[in-house]
Amino acid sequence: MAELISLAEAVQRFVNDGDSIALEGFTHLIPTAASHEIIRQNKRELTLIRMTPDLVYDLLIGAGCAKKLVFSWGGNPGVGSLHRLRDAVEKGWPQPLEIEEHSHAAMANAYVAGASNLPFAVLRGYQGSDLVKVNPRIKFIDCPFTGEKLAAVPSVRPDVTVIHAQKADRKGNVLLWGILGVQKEAALAAKRCIVTVEEIVDDLDAPMNACVLPSWALTAVCHVPGGAHPSYALGYSERDNRFYQAWDPIARDRETFSAWIDEYIRGTADFTEFQAKLAAQQEAK
Amino acid sequence: MSAYSTNEMMTVAAARRLRNGAVCFVGIGLPSKAANLARLTSSPDVVLIYESGPIGAKPSVLPLSIGDGELAETADTVVPTGEIFRYWLQGGRIDVGFLGAAQVDKYGNINTTVIGDYHAPKVRLPGAGGAPEIAGSAKQVLIILKQSHRTFVDKLAFITSVGHGEGGDHRKQLGLPGAGPVGIITDLCIMEPEAGSNEFIVTALHPGVSREQVIEATGWQIRFADDLGETAAPTELELTALRELEARTAAAHGQTGGEE
Repeated sequence: MAELISLAEAVQRFVNDGDSIALEGFTHLIPTAASHEIIRQNKRELTLIRMTPDLVYDLLIGAGCAKKLVFSWGGNPGVGSLHRLRDAVEKGWPQPLEIEEHSHAAMANAYVAGASNLPFAVLRGYQGSDLVKVNPRIKFIDCPFTGEKLAAVPSVRPDVTVIHAQKADRKGNVLLWGILGVQKEAALAAKRCIVTVEEIVDDLDAPMNACVLPSWALTAVCHVPGGAHPSYALGYSERDNRFYQAWDPIARDRETFSAWIDEYIRGTADFTEFQAKLAAQQEAK
Repeated sequence: MSAYSTNEMMTVAAARRLRNGAVCFVGIGLPSKAANLARLTSSPDVVLIYESGPIGAKPSVLPLSIGDGELAETADTVVPTGEIFRYWLQGGRIDVGFLGAAQVDKYGNINTTVIGDYHAPKVRLPGAGGAPEIAGSAKQVLIILKQSHRTFVDKLAFITSVGHGEGGDHRKQLGLPGAGPVGIITDLCIMEPEAGSNEFIVTALHPGVSREQVIEATGWQIRFADDLGETAAPTELELTALRELEARTAAAHGQTGGEE
């Protein structure tokens, strides 16, 4: 059964230095609050796994928490580059970042394989792509039945997955809806899974066939309303496109980035305080 | 006929390539803008699939990200991302993959990964996303991007998503199920693969564009079809639909979307 605890306690107990960790959410339901808490607690040497690193990993990379990144598309959606990711790859700041680069199809398949307790995923893909030349973990196998040459990638099995969802009940059963990305697969592929939620309710009132993650398949559930900002939670918030744009100049320079995380993340006790500080700053503008 | 920009001509020309009823896997940015223009004009029954999960999305404003709520809320159904790639793309149900690019070469191969050496990059680009498998498995591929010496290059530093590979029947040798890129639509012209070589040649110039302009903006020795045509200028209907779509998007997001 999942424990209903604070996010600070969940990160403290279930995220260790050196872990492989997947913070998933495909544009929607990105668990930003968890990345802040990882920075506050100064977790180190993490292998970060995520299809779209987005701002959530730009933060972790720039804050020096990462030694490796496994990903398939690393931009600021609708805006441009992830400057902290680029600075780490191009200049090794604040430390060198090993990258393992895939396509979306391969990563999605690798999560499915991880949740299925298989060692690798097989797909019709990568043929003709130079990614094969730079990522030794992409291999080809012959189908034992037809002889067709198919791509194989290792399954993703993180030490810990963190996702954000709309609702949990008091037992820790979780309901999410809208764009689901690979969250269910990421949750079930991991050894431990932390879920932050918008709301804790008496009854999930989930429609049949809805995406429900049962409490007994999770490790911790934490009540963090708005915890996906600047991403969104369908039915609760809208994507804060202006923040994605505002992030570009903040992350562009090492100094402005470091000052920003010192003030807004390391300088706040938790996500609620962060939100209050951000709101005050935006009002002052 | 109203005055129109070269970007508008590009979007309109690309939209016309989507036949009504086609199932289209849409990249974010320019492809999404053109695909939605098609849906709002000549092809109301085009089915738009986005890699984040929405199938049959009918957004009234352009999404800024591949996972905007608008896509989910207007879709016929929303499925997990793994399912999109496994059942719908790899399953062979996509008629047209509609892609953007940072760079293309004469065989329609696409680079979205890196400029310079992969291990010591001059510019690190976002990477593959869904494109390698869309380029492989969609029955056909359309590519849309603005044309310049820097984007239409003789040799790519990195092939992220394969087009016609090294030309000829290279795709067949690679065992790729789809036919590969059948058109590149730019702000200057339309290119299509030449029969046999599968090298992209110019088959139509947009109105007012000269051969010299295209040669100037292409990094390889571009050739022109014997029966070189001229793209029809945007109609009032097309322009109005496009401008209203952009105006709605700007009002909703504070930016127009799709100009990256």
